Amino acid sequence: MLTMLQGLGRTALDFFQRLGRGHLLLLQILSGSHTLLPRFGLVIKQVFSVGVLSLLIILVSGLFVGMVLGLQGYNTLVDFGAEESLGVVVSLSLVRELGPVVSALLFAGRAGSALTAEIGLMKATEQLSAMEMMAVDPVRRVLAPRFWAGVISMPLLAAIFSAVGVIGGYFVGVGLLGVDDGAYWSQMQANVDLYKDILNGVIKSFVFGIVVTWIAIFEGNDAVPTSEGVSRATTRTVVHSSLAVLGLDFILTALMFGS
Amino acid sequence: MTSRMTEIWVGIFVAAGMAALFMLAMQVSNLNTYSNADGFDVIARFEDASGLKVRSPVTMAGVRIGRVKDIRFDDKTFEAIVTLRLGKGHTSLPEDTSASIYTAGLLGEKYVGLEAGAGSNHCEDLALEAELDGSTFNPADCKSNGASNVLHNGSVITLTQSSMVLEKLIGQFVSKFLSESNVEKKK
Repeated sequence: MLTMLQGLGRTALDFFQRLGRGHLLLLQILSGSHTLLPRFGLVIKQVFSVGVLSLLIILVSGLFVGMVLGLQGYNTLVDFGAEESLGVVVSLSLVRELGPVVSALLFAGRAGSALTAEIGLMKATEQLSAMEMMAVDPVRRVLAPRFWAGVISMPLLAAIFSAVGVIGGYFVGVGLLGVDDGAYWSQMQANVDLYKDILNGVIKSFVFGIVVTWIAIFEGNDAVPTSEGVSRATTRTVVHSSLAVLGLDFILTALMFGS
Repeated sequence: MTSRMTEIWVGIFVAAGMAALFMLAMQVSNLNTYSNADGFDVIARFEDASGLKVRSPVTMAGVRIGRVKDIRFDDKTFEAIVTLRLGKGHTSLPEDTSASIYTAGLLGEKYVGLEAGAGSNHCEDLALEAELDGSTFNPADCKSNGASNVLHNGSVITLTQSSMVLEKLIGQFVSKFLSESNVEKKK
């Protein structure tokens, strides 16, 4: 009985300790970020590995998600004789939901896991400790550039995803299924609002970028410095950031579009 | 990969992201149809403006010439006061223009349709008159005449037709049907 209670207590303590360490790390990263401005090349290098290398998966999945939306939307709308609204269906669902969420999930799988594995291995091979020995702050030198690279890349990736998706829906809807070209764009323009829909989508992807990169960097920095520990941390990154993205998406949607 | 190539690729990536955002803003959203800045306001009073929303289109002859800017309720007359923002190019609408609330399609969104009144085509009337009289028609005559009574900023459209509420129509139909069948029974 007592051991059970002890186990429960230890789990809770571990959880809150990790939560606290995570927030302290975020605070350290943010307070150490001003040193990055004169050395912005560090961030650019990380934008390459985090953002540019994720472009392919974002482009391809965006195109196909848009095409599937076009196909399914058409099949449903044509029953009501409303296939002219296909552009609205495709663009609203992409800009509001699928663009930010799916690209954040892909980002967590493609870039978040890579970040965790890289930082975890740096820790396991004691590169981070070596930096500290040389009086180089690893938070400022290693973690902060990666964090800002993720925060910069995520909204751009989500915007590319949505734009490519709209074009994919156009290919299927107008090219294949014969929806009127003008109706596709004009209905879309009449019903998508710049601030309510597109800006909120950008805000969403910005929040997701912060959360996913934060989780990835924290898990890497907090990993048990063994090969098993790094692999577990990588798995946790993907699972936790996917759950966080989906949960946050509901909260953000309720806040933005609820009333 | 050299650092130069890295930077070039990041440049391409950021440019592509910006271009995607720009495309979403310009091509997908209604940014280019915003006309809040220019134009003038006209007020229309409706007995029933149900279904009408702010930013609903205002059309004339099927062409959008403005948007609904504001919908308020008048405590004194129990009417809906709808402010219409018309584009600045449409300054020659006659004062007796009527406004009606229509539905686009069977279940579509509501919009305000404007129709020019009888005195709208002043020139045409004069020309017709001149033809009947046998005298010659001078097009310069009508211009000065028509300029005074056009819709301008703040003018009120008095001829309005409220939005059609489906339940009311069905209710009227049912009550009419019932009273007719009662009359037939008495006979």
